[in-house]
Amino acid sequence: MLDIAKIRADFPILSRKVNGHPLVYFDNAATSQTPTQVIDCIVNYYQHYNANIHRGVHTLSQEATDAYEYARDVICRHFNAKHREEIIFTSGTTHGINLVANGYVSLLNKGDEVIVSALEHHSNIVPWQMLCEKTGAKLKVIPMTDAGELDYAAYKNLVSENTKLVFVNHVSNALGTINPIKEIIELAHTYNAEVLIDGAQAAPHIQADVQALDVDYYVVSAHKMCGPTGVGVLYGKKASLEKLPPYQGGGEMIDQVTFEKTTYAGLPHKFEAGTPNICGGIAFGRAIEYLHEIGFDEIAQYEDELLQYATQELLKIEGLKIYGTAPEKTAVISFNIEGLHPYDIGTIVDKLGIAVRTGHHCAQPIMDYYKIPGTVRASFSFYNTKEEIDDLVKAVKRAKIMLA
Amino acid sequence: MTITAIQEEIIDEFALFDDWMQRYEYMIELGKSLPLINEQYKTDEYIIKGCQSKVWVHAEMQEGKVVFTADSDAIITKGIIAILIRVYSNQTPAAIIEANTAFIDEIGLKEHLSPTRANGLLSMLKQLKMYALAFQAKG
Repeated sequence: MLDIAKIRADFPILSRKVNGHPLVYFDNAATSQTPTQVIDCIVNYYQHYNANIHRGVHTLSQEATDAYEYARDVICRHFNAKHREEIIFTSGTTHGINLVANGYVSLLNKGDEVIVSALEHHSNIVPWQMLCEKTGAKLKVIPMTDAGELDYAAYKNLVSENTKLVFVNHVSNALGTINPIKEIIELAHTYNAEVLIDGAQAAPHIQADVQALDVDYYVVSAHKMCGPTGVGVLYGKKASLEKLPPYQGGGEMIDQVTFEKTTYAGLPHKFEAGTPNICGGIAFGRAIEYLHEIGFDEIAQYEDELLQYATQELLKIEGLKIYGTAPEKTAVISFNIEGLHPYDIGTIVDKLGIAVRTGHHCAQPIMDYYKIPGTVRASFSFYNTKEEIDDLVKAVKRAKIMLA
Repeated sequence: MTITAIQEEIIDEFALFDDWMQRYEYMIELGKSLPLINEQYKTDEYIIKGCQSKVWVHAEMQEGKVVFTADSDAIITKGIIAILIRVYSNQTPAAIIEANTAFIDEIGLKEHLSPTRANGLLSMLKQLKMYALAFQAKG
């Protein structure tokens, strides 16, 4: 059992007020809040050992390098990567995806195929469109079902000898659907296609074991895992990362430079050009440790309780419809009320101190599928409570009366 | 009535309400009296970008004055555009271009003025002024 009161005390932001009401933060799928342990880690870095890494011989530089590389080890263990150099620090999930997509420009030929899913964040579709434009490869889309799940049967028909890469999110940001990535990866591998999984939405709830999944690439962002913004990780199998060309040129990523020829550094530095987000990387490691101190199993169990409770209570509101009803879901509820615009509901609910997301959640293809302009999305974290869900339900009812 | 006079009238009306809920309810009420845009103009050409909800605005010149009509698929947004149109419609292009927008702050809608705000009040204001500029340029 989690001690929620004690956990909440770790998050200073949860005690602030918004529009005169205690903050109820239900936009965790957009970004998670930061515990004191991580904030302290950031402050400690700037107060005590702020320095550039991997070059200085002085003490501060050595301490900063050690802390940064320690974070890499923490992240490596968390994802059960085989080698620490398979963990590449990035600026976030989008950076990780672009790094792989860009590398694939030199690996694809006309007639090759890339498969993406209809459940993607639409910004994630763009790198693959660009990749296909550059290479003449074809982009294929796995359709979704009414419940907001991937149509696995359709995927089976799409994948073939021509498939070179499959890109799917582990959890859909708009609907919370947990995708059957193990099966998707297995099937892709029978055709020798590689698989990149966007783990951004899954990472705060599910501890992915990259070796058990046998996934080729897995990308996450720290800010959805109680860490800071602007930092993330690309996991890649060593052999996969080795065949990708460097993404950006700069310091750190080189071995020898002359004007005639540059030889590149080995992994992971080949992909870490320039001075990285040192503090961010260190704090990301601390955030993962913090999540482990709470316990991933406990987090998943408690968040599922919140999800079940919120689903049950929200559905009592007449005219309320939940989008995404897959049996395997993280704690995300996307909903609308018949006859009302999600934006109107979100505005009233915000006035009552409750942070939810409204709009298309950067997943326009999903909204198009349901033929709606968007939804109200409430996403829960382990520091939320059932009482806060009661507040949400009350606020939605109030909005409904006001807007009727 | 001049733009300033209408703005003052609206400020007085909103001052009657004690809290945001009443103000929002009134705004929703005002939305119901919005001069509606002709259905044929509810196209991408007349849509205002930068809003989470859809807002369409049409403008035409009638006897030297700009007449606006609009609509939105969200109720609160409809209220906001209704207030703006009440202020700026039936005014000369020059008056619209010169008008200041401080009244929005005074009626408690300042939060909606941020450029990132999803209802795009700022985009709506800009669009109304763009129409006025265009008509002025045409002479």
